[in-house]
Amino acid sequence: MTIDRRDYGGFVLCSVAGITVIVPLVWMILALAQSGLPGLEWEFLVAAPSQSGRAGGIGPMIVSTALILGVCLAAIIPVGLGTSLYLSQYVSSTSPQASWLGYSLDVLAGTPSIVFALFGYQFFAITLGLGFSILAGGLTLACMTLPLMVRTSEQALRAVPLELHQAGEALALSRPGMIWHVLLPAAMPGIVAGTILSIGRALAETAVLLFTAGYVMRLPGSLLDSGRALSVHIFDMAMNVPGGMPVASRTALVLLTLVILINIGVRRMLLHHKRIYYEQTN
Amino acid sequence: MSRQRNEFWLYFTLASAAGLAGLLLIPVVLLLILESLPLLAPAALWESLTSAAWHPRAGEFGLLAMMVASLLISALALALAAPLGILYAVWLNLYLPRRWTNRLRPLQELLAGIPSVVYGLWGLVVLVPMINSYAPPGASLLAAVLVLALMILPFSALVTDAALQAPIRHRMSAAQALAVSRWGTFRRVLWPEARATIIGGIVLQFGRALGETLAVVMVAGNVVQFPGSLFDPVRTLTANIALEMSYATGTHHTALFLSGLVLMLITLILMFQINRRGVAI
Amino acid sequence: MPLKRKPQAYGINYLSGNQLPLARAPPHTPRGKAGTQLAVCVTKLNWRTLFINYLQQLPMKLVRTLLPAVLTCAIAACRPAPTNELVITGSSTVAPLVAELAAAFESQHPGWRIDVQSGGSSRGIRDVRQGLADAGMISRALATDEQDLITHTLAIDGIALIVHADNPLKSLSDDEIRRIYSGDEQTWSALGGHNRPITVINKAEGRATLKVFLAHIELDNRVVEADLIAGENQQVVETVARDPAAIGYVSIGTAKYEMDNGASIKLLLLAGYEATVANVQAGDYPLSRPLNLVTRNEPNEDLAAFMKFWRTPEATEIIQRHYFVPATE
Repeated sequence: MTIDRRDYGGFVLCSVAGITVIVPLVWMILALAQSGLPGLEWEFLVAAPSQSGRAGGIGPMIVSTALILGVCLAAIIPVGLGTSLYLSQYVSSTSPQASWLGYSLDVLAGTPSIVFALFGYQFFAITLGLGFSILAGGLTLACMTLPLMVRTSEQALRAVPLELHQAGEALALSRPGMIWHVLLPAAMPGIVAGTILSIGRALAETAVLLFTAGYVMRLPGSLLDSGRALSVHIFDMAMNVPGGMPVASRTALVLLTLVILINIGVRRMLLHHKRIYYEQTN
Repeated sequence: MSRQRNEFWLYFTLASAAGLAGLLLIPVVLLLILESLPLLAPAALWESLTSAAWHPRAGEFGLLAMMVASLLISALALALAAPLGILYAVWLNLYLPRRWTNRLRPLQELLAGIPSVVYGLWGLVVLVPMINSYAPPGASLLAAVLVLALMILPFSALVTDAALQAPIRHRMSAAQALAVSRWGTFRRVLWPEARATIIGGIVLQFGRALGETLAVVMVAGNVVQFPGSLFDPVRTLTANIALEMSYATGTHHTALFLSGLVLMLITLILMFQINRRGVAI
Repeated sequence: MPLKRKPQAYGINYLSGNQLPLARAPPHTPRGKAGTQLAVCVTKLNWRTLFINYLQQLPMKLVRTLLPAVLTCAIAACRPAPTNELVITGSSTVAPLVAELAAAFESQHPGWRIDVQSGGSSRGIRDVRQGLADAGMISRALATDEQDLITHTLAIDGIALIVHADNPLKSLSDDEIRRIYSGDEQTWSALGGHNRPITVINKAEGRATLKVFLAHIELDNRVVEADLIAGENQQVVETVARDPAAIGYVSIGTAKYEMDNGASIKLLLLAGYEATVANVQAGDYPLSRPLNLVTRNEPNEDLAAFMKFWRTPEATEIIQRHYFVPATE
């Protein structure tokens, strides 16, 4: 790597910035690994917690998290896809509907999570009578992640190449047919990537789930049961239960691994997509 | 089924989905307003917004100190994280060899998925004692700014990185043909083109910093006061809600919802400004 | 008819490339035995395209196959509640203990379901009054305006003042504590410690620990000048363990547990008595509070059964493991 003499200043500046960014973040992950890796084993992932969570494992928490995510996705995939299809198919980007949708979804995306916690607690848990339940937690998370889903799906749909639209027109496909057979398959990796990003955002949420899905450590029996998500467990172990810090670090590592796996999945999917639809084979 | 009917049902379904999404904001704002209604009378409202005394048991609900703390922490964290994030993305794209760049990119995305509790824990266990050895008590405005900056950094870097891809693809070869230095490429060629997107994305991070709760509760000290120096403990609006929500009844409860409404209003104004300038996010 | 992308043996998927499907029969027809034919076909297939096609159709296929299963699960998931159910909410100090007792109880009585939620003593009282919970956990005695509820004491817990292990002080009088917390005393040196400014740690509004502590030293919260306000017990412990000039107060159970796990904190003596479980049990240690469950009316059958469980040796052992004193009555 040769650096032009004029670039010495820029190189130093940017390298300093780079190091300043990387060091604390890697330090944090290493501290987490140091505290949590001993004791991280398969038993930890499937066993039920005992002694207020200090011993045993996090099996029920993983199940609760999966259920909450399931509820969240079941809510945002239809609504998010529907909205993005509507935006890309039926309205132009300058119409009042599009600008209102854009604005309101942006506001929702930028709203502090504690406001959603208040809203979820008041609306889903109390007004709708769901109580502290996985359903309430999942629906509140859905409200939070919907903007992200709509935005990424819309981008994916708009990025479908013109040739495919033209091919659909040439084959005299109806609009439902075009959407189902051409657009959705073509945009699917992008949409899935958006879903996975929403999952990532939802997994990291703590305050909202504290107020809506509750603390109960047991394996949930139904969607109306309270269940503790992984992020809530990390918080409880670190802040409420004496001697719980190692468990908190271990759970955080599990969460991180999940995020890594999800990210790897996204990359593979996007790579495939590029290869299939955008490769110019001459 | 006839084609027209198919198309009609499709339109109906999609429009209902979009309607649901579009109307989602309304219950949120409405609920906040309804719950803070008792305190929305002009006299009480003015009192809340301009007084710095927060003593719920005595009936004093002054939000001013906390509002100042929230805005100050977010602004400072942004001022710290934005340049670092941008420079980091420049470093990744223009200075590092391609192999290292490809290895470092997943790190950013990974860090974006860490719960804020983890950042808060790290701050509590590592950062606060470090600051404490210089200036007790340690849990302070500075600690909150640093932890928040750490949280915003991956996103700022991600946004800048994504925004730089298009200009790089279009213009890098031209710049190299003209023998422009790397820093010059960034400053004169890439930055003007990507500026709008980058700034838009970074301003969004301000909203995110404003809304950060748990990490701030753990490192900011949570004392309701105007910060006299960087090392004074402060309490933000979000930390206040998190600390006192479970214990609040009556007017206290209303005051907490009022602070939520204030946060919401700040976000509304922020997003309006962004949308008005037509920044693509 | 739905458009299906059939794998093409000799072409490339029409959406991905610029080769059209061949209009006539492929030129090479495999001859020979079935095995050779199969082998030749296998080698001639475009495996990459097949795989990509499969991946593309996978989401739809998954949805079609899994949808009935998911729906069945969803419907089955909303089944009615089990027969014996209790909801207990309240103090975050009592919650871990009651959760563990509930787990032990459930393992002995299958079919029971005891949900324990945290959220603070005030929440416990509120939920019991509104009927959202069967019992509320509070880590103090009932106040004068809360006498409409009935108390059932589970255990007794002491509140200890903790300082860093390096702090040379061993005890503090009530007056000294009052001076520290009201801001009149700023440095440790006047009390016999190092020359450092005191880092005063208080708890947030509404916490039962705060109320009990302030009642003991007879101070109003408005006069308290704190350097740090903690929301949870652990935050106090973590901060004191890392700050040689800090002082805070937590439940003895929390402090003892953390000390046994290596945290560098030290419990101060109050009125000459060590902050031990034995002293709290004997009633000598001055700062203690009951850990109560409150109900609106007389406890129903389920709750009564659970409360009877508290007096068993197994439950007593659990309580003692948390460094609380089991209530005797």
